[in-house]
Amino acid sequence: MSRANVNLILGTLLVAALGGLALLALVWTPYDVNVMNIAGKLKPPSAEHWLGTDQLGRDILSMIMVGAGTSITVAALAVAVGLVFGIPLGLLAAAHKGGLIDETIMRLNDVVFAFPFLCLAILITAVLGASAGNAVLAFGIFNIPVFARVTRGGALSLWEREFIMSAQVSGKGVARISAEHILPNVLNLLIVQGTIQFALGIQVEAALSFIGLGVQPPTPSLGRMLADAQTLVTLAPHMAIFPGMAIILIVLGLNLMGDGLRDLLDPRLSGERT
Amino acid sequence: MLRYVLKRLLSLIVTLAVASMVIFAVIEVAPGDPASFMLGVNAQPDTVAALRTELGLDQPKAERYLSWIGNMLTGDFGTSYTYRSSVAQIIGDRLWVSVPLALYALILSTVIAFPAGIYAAARRGKAGDAAVMGGTQLGVAVPNFWFAMMLVLIFAINLRWFGAGGFPGWSKGVFPAIKALTLPAIALALPQAAILTRVMRSSLIDVLGEDFMRTARAKGLTRSQAIWRHGVRNALIPVLTILGLQVSFLIAGAIVIEQVFYLPGLGRLIFQSINARDLIVVESVVMLLVFAVVLINFLVDIAYSIVDPRLRQRT
Repeated sequence: MSRANVNLILGTLLVAALGGLALLALVWTPYDVNVMNIAGKLKPPSAEHWLGTDQLGRDILSMIMVGAGTSITVAALAVAVGLVFGIPLGLLAAAHKGGLIDETIMRLNDVVFAFPFLCLAILITAVLGASAGNAVLAFGIFNIPVFARVTRGGALSLWEREFIMSAQVSGKGVARISAEHILPNVLNLLIVQGTIQFALGIQVEAALSFIGLGVQPPTPSLGRMLADAQTLVTLAPHMAIFPGMAIILIVLGLNLMGDGLRDLLDPRLSGERT
Repeated sequence: MLRYVLKRLLSLIVTLAVASMVIFAVIEVAPGDPASFMLGVNAQPDTVAALRTELGLDQPKAERYLSWIGNMLTGDFGTSYTYRSSVAQIIGDRLWVSVPLALYALILSTVIAFPAGIYAAARRGKAGDAAVMGGTQLGVAVPNFWFAMMLVLIFAINLRWFGAGGFPGWSKGVFPAIKALTLPAIALALPQAAILTRVMRSSLIDVLGEDFMRTARAKGLTRSQAIWRHGVRNALIPVLTILGLQVSFLIAGAIVIEQVFYLPGLGRLIFQSINARDLIVVESVVMLLVFAVVLINFLVDIAYSIVDPRLRQRT
């Protein structure tokens, strides 16, 4: 079995496991995360509470299940924002290479990348208010140029290919060629990049919520759980350890999936990639 | 060469100009106007009016934007209304924490990544390579602030080798200051080291396939001599570019990490200013960070084009 497959299988298993737990949380959790139990707070892992309880006596395993769902939703929506706006922009830029649209889009790209990563997100959430929705918006905006750039890069080389020229000769317009011929051929690139941005989104949600600019209480998210844990790390290390491990497993899974997919979809890259 | 530099310089200026407009615009869309946003809902109308005048909000937007930019160019970053002192002064103080922290982390990540990347490339496809690559996958996935908390738990609380946070300042001597920055720097360096290791490895693998490497072996150099004398040196070029890009991540990472360790750096300043709704400070610090990132990447590009003249034609 090639390494690509090992990565892909391992990554998919990890993502499926964590995603499965998050889905399960929609219908069932070991304990209700909205019920506090102050008498049983900050308990280390035990037979009743496998991963212990938090400062309000809530079951950490249940919190992680619900929190993973929140984190995954935020990251997925941010990727969706990036795809919805980034793909048309990238296609447009490639179709009119070197034109005014292309130049403008690429310059705006540079501007977004000029902001230290997270800085733009922090600025946006700071001004618009801290909420899960604004975290989606903030990271979504960052995703737009990422996907625009990937789409443009893939589409540029396609426009030189013969099958595109024959489509042009047959009288198809730029928009139709982009949609019918270019887009399906850059989908591979977008899927791989999408997985990477998804993983990044989980980390961004965690970081923003950790500093209080993301998901707000009482909604559990993995980043929020770590924020709660910070001041209590001496008393209840399990409050920090387990949500962090959940983040690591999801991100690791997504990254492995991305690597595996890249090798699978573009065999030329196997072994040579970073 | 001169043409290339001028072209890059022009694009640097355009990027900075647009970025400054973006920052200005984001601050402008703050609910209500900045003055009432800063003072909160319970502020007296005349207090808001006074702050409006103080901030010059009664002037047209374009004029305010231009005077903000103009003042910044002359080193006047405005006056913080929470700290009641000049923003330039506040930033200057904070730089003494943030810049050493970033440099410390950069050095650490390089010290880890270079040997690890070279080792993995030299043992490509073997167990050692797989172990290093597995480690980098993990390193990329670990959130640095969580890693920071774990470091505090182990080295500050259990082993008591380091303090759990805070910064004594440089006046108390260099050693205590560096000690206080050590855990934060390690936490910041880890994900960067993982990325850098991967770049170093793949760059060296590319170089090892080059003809001149075969020539070096044919001359009678051993494999490791050839790797060290010819391979590593040539593999460094792309690595340096990534190192430049990492500055951006280090700065951003510092915002969160300074929070965990209660370090009085720029990151914590942004955070405190956001909580205090001190938009003047937020605006100026973000602009400064953007400037730093753009400038460093510009310098890396120029340095790169001096080393590798082929690049000048490309952009």
